[in-house]
Amino acid sequence: MRSYWKQNQQRLAPWLFLAPGIFMFAVYVIIPIFQSLSISLYAWDGLGEKEYVGLANYVELMDDRAFYTSLKNNVIWLVLYMLAIPAGLFVALFLNQTVRGIRIYKSLFFFPFVISQVVVGLVFSWFYDPNFGLLNIGLQAIGLEPIAVLADENWVTYGIIAAGLWPQTAYCMILYLTGLNAVDPEQIEAARLDKAKGLKMLWYVVLPQLKPATFIAMVVTIIGALRSFDLISIMTDGGPYGSSRVLAFYMYEQAFSEYGFRMGYGAAIAVVLLAIMMIYITAFLYKMYRDERGL
Amino acid sequence: MFPTPIEKTSKGSQLLYKVALPIALIFWLLPLIAVALTSVRSAGDITAGNYWGWPTSFNMLENYTAIFENTPIGKYIFNSFKVTIPTVIGAVALSCLTGFALGVYKFKANLLVFFMFVAGNFVPFQILMVPVRDLSLNMGVYNTTTGLALFHIAFQTGFCTLFMRNFIKAMPYALIEAARVEGVSEIKIFWYVVMPLMKPAIAALSVLIFTFIWNDYFWATVLTQGADTQPITAGLYSLNGQWVAAWHLVSAGSIVAAMPPVLMFFLMQKHFIAGLTLGAVK
Repeated sequence: MRSYWKQNQQRLAPWLFLAPGIFMFAVYVIIPIFQSLSISLYAWDGLGEKEYVGLANYVELMDDRAFYTSLKNNVIWLVLYMLAIPAGLFVALFLNQTVRGIRIYKSLFFFPFVISQVVVGLVFSWFYDPNFGLLNIGLQAIGLEPIAVLADENWVTYGIIAAGLWPQTAYCMILYLTGLNAVDPEQIEAARLDKAKGLKMLWYVVLPQLKPATFIAMVVTIIGALRSFDLISIMTDGGPYGSSRVLAFYMYEQAFSEYGFRMGYGAAIAVVLLAIMMIYITAFLYKMYRDERGL
Repeated sequence: MFPTPIEKTSKGSQLLYKVALPIALIFWLLPLIAVALTSVRSAGDITAGNYWGWPTSFNMLENYTAIFENTPIGKYIFNSFKVTIPTVIGAVALSCLTGFALGVYKFKANLLVFFMFVAGNFVPFQILMVPVRDLSLNMGVYNTTTGLALFHIAFQTGFCTLFMRNFIKAMPYALIEAARVEGVSEIKIFWYVVMPLMKPAIAALSVLIFTFIWNDYFWATVLTQGADTQPITAGLYSLNGQWVAAWHLVSAGSIVAAMPPVLMFFLMQKHFIAGLTLGAVK
């Protein structure tokens, strides 16, 4: 026994170290993914017997207007959330100086990312309040009609996304600040000698060196956009009339709220969301794989 | 350095920059400043609609005592700690092990196992929601802080493994080789050679996970209900429902809820940013 361990130590050791982690991850993450795939083929209220219905849940999705609203909002989220990347870069460029006290400024600009989305949601619902919110005080000051952002079907999703962009921009900013720190000063100086400056310098010399930061910023922003749930739940609860739902929220509503306990239908929505996410996960893994091989 | 250091520009733009900095900051944090101000207003200010003017009186003590006396916010905070601290310890411990295994050993399934952790870390929560709730019910840990912490430990192991593995991979391999030549066992190599070098990674991960879990709202609503088990994020949401129009109390509650991760961030800033920006530079 002892000598077996001695001889095969290096072969056995990794699995020994991996065992507890793999066990937990399998039980709570990997297996549930497949369970959800299976539940999406059943009609189930979460308590009673499951009834196999084949693809019926997916067929129903195709005719569900609320599903299309959610899907459309997910696309809007994905597209507009990307604004956090250039916005973060802009703030990072603004703050990438060495004047006195700049470190405090950097941390305070980063602040919104540290606080919970629940608090961000409360703060913004309040900012948008039609009676006393700062937004409408501002609008009235410049002579415009007040808008009840969160009660207006046309505005509500944009209002929530704006709230989400606040912490997300802070996140991208910190990624770019770190990236800018590592930009090769010699290349910048060389480019300056060649009379490059401003936007040209940014585009041709600096941005290429910021590629890793941009990549991470894109990954976290896409994931963040597709995971959007907290702000919607806090600010509108999907309303008005379900117009601010996204897939993540609609799924929760179908599976757990008073409307439903339709676990199977909810799982089908989750599968669609996973399928969208898989595009990005695959791309990410592919890039990682190439990097690993390239080492 | 890019952009051009401001010291090298004209006096005018230097002055402009120094003025623009605080103004930009105030605009950026305006929503938060408003909340902080509101949290010290009196109920009279709120009913009179004085949201943006100077408070007629400063009721900091009253408001903050009121939320602790009249609501279970203290209980919520305590629950948050009961979920967050075990999660930090559990996820960091598990990922030290997995990170070591994947960063040090070369074996066939290495990349496959690693990718499983990475991919799992990115899946939408909703795909896990129904089975995880079911599993917690069956294990008898539904609606307990333990149940919530167990899930968080497992899920965060994905991200933590990615982090630890890359950190260990960047360490000098010769160190481990040397220990092996000396006949040191693999377990001792882990404990005496590698662990001491992982301290910065452990610190960075701990603050990050603390913040992530403290701020989690989704899983709190899925796996807990009621003041006995809910953490502060979910608690704040239900309090918001009870306190219609008592904005001074909602604000004070928000500030209290935000405090622990904010303190954590300011105390451990270097580690926090190191953790968050892993991979942002090559």
